[in-house]
Amino acid sequence: MDIINQMELKFLSVPENEGFARVAVSAFAVQLNPTLDVLADIKTAVSEAVTNAIVHGYEDETGLIVITASLRDDGILEVSVADTGKGIADISRAMQPFFTTQPEKERSGMGFSVMQTFMDRVTVESALGRGTTVRMQKRLREA
Amino acid sequence: MEHERKNGTVTVRISGELDHCSAQSIRRELDALIGEPGVKTLVLDLQDMTFMDSSGIGVILGRYRTLRERGGGVAVKNMNPQVEKVFTLSGMRQVIQIL
Repeated sequence: MDIINQMELKFLSVPENEGFARVAVSAFAVQLNPTLDVLADIKTAVSEAVTNAIVHGYEDETGLIVITASLRDDGILEVSVADTGKGIADISRAMQPFFTTQPEKERSGMGFSVMQTFMDRVTVESALGRGTTVRMQKRLREA
Repeated sequence: MEHERKNGTVTVRISGELDHCSAQSIRRELDALIGEPGVKTLVLDLQDMTFMDSSGIGVILGRYRTLRERGGGVAVKNMNPQVEKVFTLSGMRQVIQIL
Protein backbone atom coordinates (compact mmCIF):
# COMPACT_ATOMS: atom_id res chain seq x y z
CA MET A 1 0.00 0.00 0.00
CA ASP A 2 1.04 3.63 -0.51
CA ILE A 3 0.87 6.63 1.79
CA ILE A 4 -1.42 9.27 0.34
CA ASN A 5 -0.91 11.91 3.01
CA GLN A 6 1.24 12.39 6.07
CA MET A 7 1.71 14.93 8.83
CA GLU A 8 3.92 15.48 11.85
CA LEU A 9 3.16 17.41 15.02
CA LYS A 10 5.77 18.35 17.60
CA PHE A 11 4.67 19.98 20.84
CA LEU A 12 5.56 20.37 24.51
CA SER A 13 4.35 17.77 26.99
CA VAL A 14 1.95 20.10 28.77
CA PRO A 15 -1.63 19.01 29.53
CA GLU A 16 -3.08 21.87 27.49
CA ASN A 17 -1.83 20.06 24.37
CA GLU A 18 -3.89 16.91 24.99
CA GLY A 19 -6.97 18.43 23.41
CA PHE A 20 -4.97 20.03 20.62
CA ALA A 21 -3.35 16.71 19.71
CA ARG A 22 -6.53 14.64 19.56
CA VAL A 23 -8.42 17.28 17.59
CA ALA A 24 -5.51 17.71 15.14
CA VAL A 25 -5.24 13.99 14.41
CA SER A 26 -8.98 13.55 14.00
CA ALA A 27 -9.11 16.58 11.68
CA PHE A 28 -6.35 15.01 9.59
CA ALA A 29 -8.25 11.70 9.45
CA VAL A 30 -11.42 13.41 8.19
CA GLN A 31 -9.96 13.36 4.67
CA LEU A 32 -10.95 9.70 4.32
CA ASN A 33 -14.54 10.38 5.43
CA PRO A 34 -14.68 8.14 8.51
CA THR A 35 -17.85 7.95 10.59
CA LEU A 36 -18.25 10.15 13.66
CA ASP A 37 -17.90 7.07 15.84
CA VAL A 38 -14.54 6.24 14.25
CA LEU A 39 -13.36 9.81 14.72
CA ALA A 40 -14.38 9.66 18.39
CA ASP A 41 -12.38 6.44 18.76
CA ILE A 42 -9.30 8.08 17.27
CA LYS A 43 -9.61 11.15 19.49
CA THR A 44 -9.89 8.96 22.58
CA ALA A 45 -6.92 6.76 21.71
CA VAL A 46 -4.67 9.72 20.83
CA SER A 47 -5.68 11.43 24.05
CA GLU A 48 -4.63 8.36 26.03
CA ALA A 49 -1.27 8.05 24.28
CA VAL A 50 -0.45 11.75 24.71
CA THR A 51 -1.54 11.70 28.35
CA ASN A 52 0.70 8.70 28.99
CA ALA A 53 3.64 10.57 27.48
CA ILE A 54 2.95 13.59 29.70
CA VAL A 55 2.26 11.88 33.01
CA HIS A 56 4.54 8.84 32.72
CA GLY A 57 7.07 9.57 29.98
CA TYR A 58 8.08 12.98 31.26
CA GLU A 59 6.34 12.93 34.68
CA ASP A 60 7.61 16.08 36.44
CA GLU A 61 9.64 17.35 33.51
CA THR A 62 8.66 18.91 30.21
CA GLY A 63 9.82 17.42 26.93
CA LEU A 64 8.74 17.08 23.34
CA ILE A 65 6.05 14.78 22.02
CA VAL A 66 6.05 13.95 18.33
CA ILE A 67 2.95 12.64 16.56
CA THR A 68 3.21 11.29 13.05
CA ALA A 69 0.02 10.40 11.20
CA SER A 70 -0.26 8.77 7.78
CA LEU A 71 -3.23 8.00 5.57
CA ARG A 72 -2.82 4.92 3.38
CA ASP A 73 -4.53 4.18 0.10
CA ASP A 74 -6.04 1.06 1.65
CA GLY A 75 -8.10 3.22 4.03
CA ILE A 76 -5.91 2.82 7.10
CA LEU A 77 -4.80 5.62 9.44
CA GLU A 78 -1.44 5.07 11.11
CA VAL A 79 -0.58 7.20 14.15
CA SER A 80 2.55 7.16 16.24
CA VAL A 81 2.99 9.08 19.49
CA ALA A 82 6.61 9.32 20.60
CA ASP A 83 8.37 10.79 23.63
CA THR A 84 11.99 10.74 24.71
CA GLY A 85 11.18 10.42 28.38
CA LYS A 86 11.77 7.76 31.02
CA GLY A 87 10.59 4.74 29.09
CA ILE A 88 8.62 1.75 30.36
CA ALA A 89 10.38 -0.99 32.33
CA ASP A 90 7.83 -3.72 31.66
CA ILE A 91 5.58 -3.05 28.67
CA SER A 92 3.32 -6.08 29.05
CA ARG A 93 2.68 -5.20 32.69
CA ALA A 94 2.03 -1.56 31.82
CA MET A 95 -0.56 -2.67 29.28
CA GLN A 96 -2.55 -4.75 31.75
CA PRO A 97 -5.95 -3.22 32.59
CA PHE A 98 -5.96 -1.18 35.81
CA PHE A 99 -2.18 -1.30 36.20
CA THR A 100 -0.85 2.09 37.25
CA THR A 101 2.30 3.37 38.90
CA GLN A 102 0.41 6.42 40.19
CA PRO A 103 -2.71 5.22 42.09
CA GLU A 104 -2.40 8.14 44.51
CA LYS A 105 -3.07 10.50 41.60
CA GLU A 106 -6.28 8.63 40.73
CA ARG A 107 -4.91 7.22 37.49
CA SER A 108 -7.27 4.53 36.29
CA GLY A 109 -4.64 2.35 34.66
CA MET A 110 -6.90 2.00 31.62
CA GLY A 111 -4.93 4.04 29.09
CA PHE A 112 -3.53 1.17 27.03
CA SER A 113 -6.78 -0.79 27.33
CA VAL A 114 -8.66 2.15 25.85
CA MET A 115 -6.14 2.43 23.01
CA GLN A 116 -6.39 -1.29 22.25
CA THR A 117 -10.19 -1.24 22.32
CA PHE A 118 -10.67 1.91 20.29
CA MET A 119 -8.02 1.21 17.63
CA ASP A 120 -7.50 -1.85 15.42
CA ARG A 121 -3.83 -2.35 16.27
CA VAL A 122 -1.54 -0.98 19.00
CA THR A 123 2.17 -1.68 19.44
CA VAL A 124 4.55 -0.18 21.95
CA GLU A 125 8.30 0.24 21.78
CA SER A 126 10.15 1.56 24.80
CA ALA A 127 13.63 1.76 26.26
CA LEU A 128 14.44 2.93 29.77
CA GLY A 129 15.90 6.41 29.70
CA ARG A 130 15.26 6.79 25.98
CA GLY A 131 11.51 7.03 25.65
CA THR A 132 8.42 5.36 24.30
CA THR A 133 6.70 5.18 20.93
CA VAL A 134 3.10 4.02 20.64
CA ARG A 135 1.99 3.02 17.13
CA MET A 136 -1.68 2.63 16.35
CA GLN A 137 -3.74 1.76 13.29
CA LYS A 138 -7.40 2.33 12.53
CA ARG A 139 -9.37 1.47 9.43
CA LEU A 140 -11.23 4.58 8.28
CA ARG A 141 -12.93 3.08 5.24
CA GLU A 142 -12.87 -0.07 3.19
CA ALA A 143 -10.02 -0.29 0.69
CA MET B 1 -20.43 23.36 36.66
CA GLU B 2 -24.10 23.75 37.44
CA HIS B 3 -25.30 21.85 40.48
CA GLU B 4 -28.40 21.20 42.48
CA ARG B 5 -28.69 19.88 46.01
CA LYS B 6 -31.70 17.94 47.18
CA ASN B 7 -31.52 16.28 50.59
CA GLY B 8 -28.40 14.10 50.57
CA THR B 9 -27.97 14.10 46.81
CA VAL B 10 -26.05 16.63 44.79
CA THR B 11 -26.54 16.60 41.02
CA VAL B 12 -23.75 18.15 38.97
CA ARG B 13 -23.90 18.95 35.28
CA ILE B 14 -20.43 18.74 33.74
CA SER B 15 -19.94 20.39 30.39
CA GLY B 16 -17.06 20.25 27.91
CA GLU B 17 -14.23 17.76 28.04
CA LEU B 18 -12.96 15.62 30.90
CA ASP B 19 -9.36 14.63 30.30
CA HIS B 20 -6.13 14.76 32.29
CA CYS B 21 -5.90 18.51 31.64
CA SER B 22 -9.30 19.36 33.08
CA ALA B 23 -9.43 16.56 35.66
CA GLN B 24 -7.78 18.47 38.48
CA SER B 25 -10.17 21.42 38.47
CA ILE B 26 -13.23 19.21 38.05
CA ARG B 27 -12.00 16.98 40.88
CA ARG B 28 -11.57 20.02 43.12
CA GLU B 29 -15.06 21.34 42.37
CA LEU B 30 -16.68 17.95 42.90
CA ASP B 31 -14.85 17.44 46.19
CA ALA B 32 -16.09 20.82 47.44
CA LEU B 33 -19.67 19.86 46.59
CA ILE B 34 -19.61 16.37 48.10
CA GLY B 35 -17.70 17.71 51.09
CA GLU B 36 -20.77 19.58 52.28
CA PRO B 37 -22.40 18.03 55.38
CA GLY B 38 -25.03 15.42 54.68
CA VAL B 39 -24.11 14.68 51.06
CA LYS B 40 -24.10 10.93 50.41
CA THR B 41 -24.88 10.64 46.72
CA LEU B 42 -23.38 12.35 43.69
CA VAL B 43 -25.28 12.31 40.39
CA LEU B 44 -23.26 13.35 37.35
CA ASP B 45 -25.34 14.66 34.48
CA LEU B 46 -23.10 14.25 31.42
CA GLN B 47 -25.47 15.59 28.80
CA ASP B 48 -23.13 18.44 27.93
CA MET B 49 -19.90 16.45 28.26
CA THR B 50 -18.44 16.16 24.77
CA PHE B 51 -15.40 14.00 25.51
CA MET B 52 -13.99 11.83 28.27
CA ASP B 53 -10.94 9.56 28.38
CA SER B 54 -9.63 7.31 31.14
CA SER B 55 -8.64 10.33 33.23
CA GLY B 56 -12.37 10.82 33.74
CA ILE B 57 -12.66 7.26 35.01
CA GLY B 58 -10.15 8.12 37.71
CA VAL B 59 -12.12 11.21 38.72
CA ILE B 60 -15.44 9.35 38.96
CA LEU B 61 -13.99 6.36 40.82
CA GLY B 62 -12.21 8.64 43.27
CA ARG B 63 -15.49 10.35 44.20
CA TYR B 64 -17.18 6.95 44.40
CA ARG B 65 -14.62 5.75 46.95
CA THR B 66 -15.16 8.85 49.09
CA LEU B 67 -18.93 8.54 49.10
CA ARG B 68 -18.94 4.78 49.57
CA GLU B 69 -17.26 5.31 52.93
CA ARG B 70 -20.31 7.35 53.92
CA GLY B 71 -22.70 4.66 52.75
CA GLY B 72 -23.49 6.50 49.54
CA GLY B 73 -22.37 6.33 45.95
CA VAL B 74 -22.20 7.89 42.51
CA ALA B 75 -24.64 7.72 39.60
CA VAL B 76 -24.35 9.06 36.07
CA LYS B 77 -26.87 9.93 33.42
CA ASN B 78 -27.07 11.22 29.85
CA MET B 79 -23.75 9.83 28.57
CA ASN B 80 -22.98 10.25 24.89
CA PRO B 81 -21.81 7.12 23.00
CA GLN B 82 -18.08 7.98 23.25
CA VAL B 83 -18.28 8.52 27.01
CA GLU B 84 -20.39 5.41 27.44
CA LYS B 85 -17.82 3.30 25.58
CA VAL B 86 -15.03 4.41 27.92
CA PHE B 87 -17.34 3.94 30.88
CA THR B 88 -18.27 0.41 29.90
CA LEU B 89 -14.73 -0.64 29.03
CA SER B 90 -13.48 0.35 32.46
CA GLY B 91 -16.02 -1.83 34.24
CA MET B 92 -17.62 1.13 35.96
CA ARG B 93 -21.11 -0.27 35.40
CA GLN B 94 -20.39 -2.67 38.25
CA VAL B 95 -20.13 0.11 40.82
CA ILE B 96 -21.62 3.24 39.28
CA GLN B 97 -25.37 3.37 38.77
CA ILE B 98 -26.66 4.59 35.40
CA LEU B 99 -29.90 6.56 35.66
